[in-house]
Amino acid sequence: MHMIENGNVAAALGVRRCRVNVIAAYPITPQTPLTERLSEYVEAGEMKAEYIPVESEHSALAVCIAASSAGSRVFTATSANGLLYMHEQVQWASGARLPIVMCVVNRAVGAPWNVWNDQQDSISQRDTGWIQIYCSDHQQIIDTVIKAYWIAEKVSIPIMVCYDGYILSHTYMPFDLPDQDKVDAFLPPFKPDYALNPDEPASLNTVTLPDVRVDVRGELAHGYMEIRYLLQEELRKTLAVAAEAEKRFGDIFGREGDPYLESYRTSDADYIAVGLGSLTYQLRVSVDALRKEGIKVGILGVRFYRPFPDEAVASALKGKKAVIVFEKALSYGYEGALASDLKSALYEHLAGTGALPAVQNYILGIGGREIHTDHLTQALRAAIQGSISKEPVWIGLKL
Amino acid sequence: MGTRKYRRKTSHSEHGPGDGGRTGSWRVERPVLNESLCIPCKRNKEACFICWLFCPEIVISRTIPPTINLEYCKGCGICAEECPTRAITMADEADFSHEDKDSSCT
Amino acid sequence: MQGKTTILTLPAEEFVHPGTRACTGCGLAIAYRVGLKALGKDTILVVPPSCLTVLQGLFPVASTKLPCLNVTFASTAAAATGILAALNDQGRDHITVAAWAGDGGTGDIGLQALSGAAERGDDFIYFCYDNEGYMNTGVQRSGTTPIGAITANTPFKGKLQQKKDIPAIMAAHNLSYVAACSAAYPLDLYDKIKSCLSLPGTKYFHIHIPCPPGWGYDPRYGIKIGRLAVETGYYDLYEIVNGKFRLTAASEKLLEKRKLVPVSEYFRAQSRFRVLTDDQIAGIQQQIDQKWEGYYRQDD
Repeated sequence: MHMIENGNVAAALGVRRCRVNVIAAYPITPQTPLTERLSEYVEAGEMKAEYIPVESEHSALAVCIAASSAGSRVFTATSANGLLYMHEQVQWASGARLPIVMCVVNRAVGAPWNVWNDQQDSISQRDTGWIQIYCSDHQQIIDTVIKAYWIAEKVSIPIMVCYDGYILSHTYMPFDLPDQDKVDAFLPPFKPDYALNPDEPASLNTVTLPDVRVDVRGELAHGYMEIRYLLQEELRKTLAVAAEAEKRFGDIFGREGDPYLESYRTSDADYIAVGLGSLTYQLRVSVDALRKEGIKVGILGVRFYRPFPDEAVASALKGKKAVIVFEKALSYGYEGALASDLKSALYEHLAGTGALPAVQNYILGIGGREIHTDHLTQALRAAIQGSISKEPVWIGLKL
Repeated sequence: MGTRKYRRKTSHSEHGPGDGGRTGSWRVERPVLNESLCIPCKRNKEACFICWLFCPEIVISRTIPPTINLEYCKGCGICAEECPTRAITMADEADFSHEDKDSSCT
Repeated sequence: MQGKTTILTLPAEEFVHPGTRACTGCGLAIAYRVGLKALGKDTILVVPPSCLTVLQGLFPVASTKLPCLNVTFASTAAAATGILAALNDQGRDHITVAAWAGDGGTGDIGLQALSGAAERGDDFIYFCYDNEGYMNTGVQRSGTTPIGAITANTPFKGKLQQKKDIPAIMAAHNLSYVAACSAAYPLDLYDKIKSCLSLPGTKYFHIHIPCPPGWGYDPRYGIKIGRLAVETGYYDLYEIVNGKFRLTAASEKLLEKRKLVPVSEYFRAQSRFRVLTDDQIAGIQQQIDQKWEGYYRQDD
């Protein structure tokens, strides 16, 4: 069924289609309309779920961690400082290997207070052991929520579905609402390996020693380091699982794409613009303008950011003259995190091949600073003309 | 032999005794029961068992006579202190030979 | 009202294994053991970092025979809500959810989540075992450390502030059940748990827990000291059922006797109170006497 709704509603509909059992949320702009909508579904009886209006984001994720440990499919959503307040729980969820899905409606973090969009919130959670997927439109939001549950439950690793506050959360776009029976065919009920149960008692997340130790059956169990290694190992394997999810989703819904990257006019391009989320769609206007001038430029949107699809990224950028990375966040004290990750992948896969592109990093849209398309065009043109700086260049800065 | 094939991927603990090891080795003094003073022993019927109720380590049985599991008894002395007839006294561990340090005492 | 449980009628089944890592003479071990007997097999526990985390065992061995979710310090009550939500969703509502947290995990870092859950009226039992300090990290002051107590971070003068009254805070949430208990009175604890199991919403238990290393006494005197706290009228055993306050067990008996043991006996039995002067003790005695005058008046 086609419908026109905002991005938060697209996310809420995805959650409803996934038959989520327990929802916990605390209000924060611009996430609020999403969780308000879920509370409407639950109160109206349109969705059979427990909705817990918690007193903080820390507790929102605590409820999800506990309900997931007890065997229910869970959802929460947040933004900005709400996500930062969750940080301890974010780490706990991945360490406990719980398939939680959380929407992060991207917003700038304080101080100073700022309610507008950038991506510093989710980027700051890059190293927490969660899978991170960035969406560029409403269809991607609803589809990604559905795929996220399948992937998360397959690998027992939580997922952040990230989309830009206001630009996607509050704007209206047409999208296809997947049929319930198709979603049911795609996503089986959640059946964890273990759920808290008095008939089969276990103590979860107990203190774990630096070294391995024998269990009550005489078998040698992991130490802390083995448990952490397995998280890393299975995160890396998740790249293959995401490809499987994409294929499966395509078979059932007839929509299939690259599981990690979204390419626009890249096949013959000499120059590639790279970004996360809705920005990569805005860049299309600049790219189309430059193409009219005969400049061969394309766009690579990174959808799957963690685990990082390094091989796919390097392969897509191999032999390009320059790569221009646009970011709405940065690793303060150095450069954009995506630019660093991308350079690392290029070095790993292309060093010594003579196919290493130059990399220019731009920081823009911080705290909702308006991104002008002609600024994007100018920035692309400057890099294409050979202006590559060591430090990231801030676009739209009025200092 | 590594843990590659271990059945769990997370910290998932199953219950069993002695997580802290044979905690009887912590003991400096051991409880010794004088049955001639012990109320249930004297009456030969279920009675008192204050030692059983207050034992933090769950090493005293609610039986006649009460038995003390010295493998795990940490020797806190609460049983001796709470016994209304002073039937349990605490004795210096050094007075016992190494061999019977963990054996059950009745 | 059901008959009072005795040592002979207390269930024999144990839910804790011997050989835990708890300190010798740990008061928590006594209250926890008896508390679990009252909760029974169909229970899921929630535990934040605390002495109980240590008692519970290190991976892959658990000392408790009940399922337990170990959670972050500030999230105990919210995690209890989460388990409850899952159980409700799955129709497994015969299972009791019980949180066990220390005084810091309850009244300091965990208070927000606990207040949130209590306000929502989420149907679980919350136990705060109050050993009056951050004992697991080496005896630092907490909100419930009493005035005058030496701790690792009140090293010379003793704590200068009054003990935070967490049960009163919880009672202000209009709970169906609030109880103050002590490890020295395990049967009172047992009967209170049994009596509140069928009450709706959040049930709150505060349990006074003598702690040999934290309080500074020979482990053998743990029960005596817990009892002295009650017999001096310093710490009272009570329950508040649907808003109705009632002293219980030994505290109820004090109401009849109308004679309190001098509180100096309680203080002088513990090295943590070594800097309390006679004048300060006299001041505290006055406060206790005033509190009990109030109880006597209500009783009359």
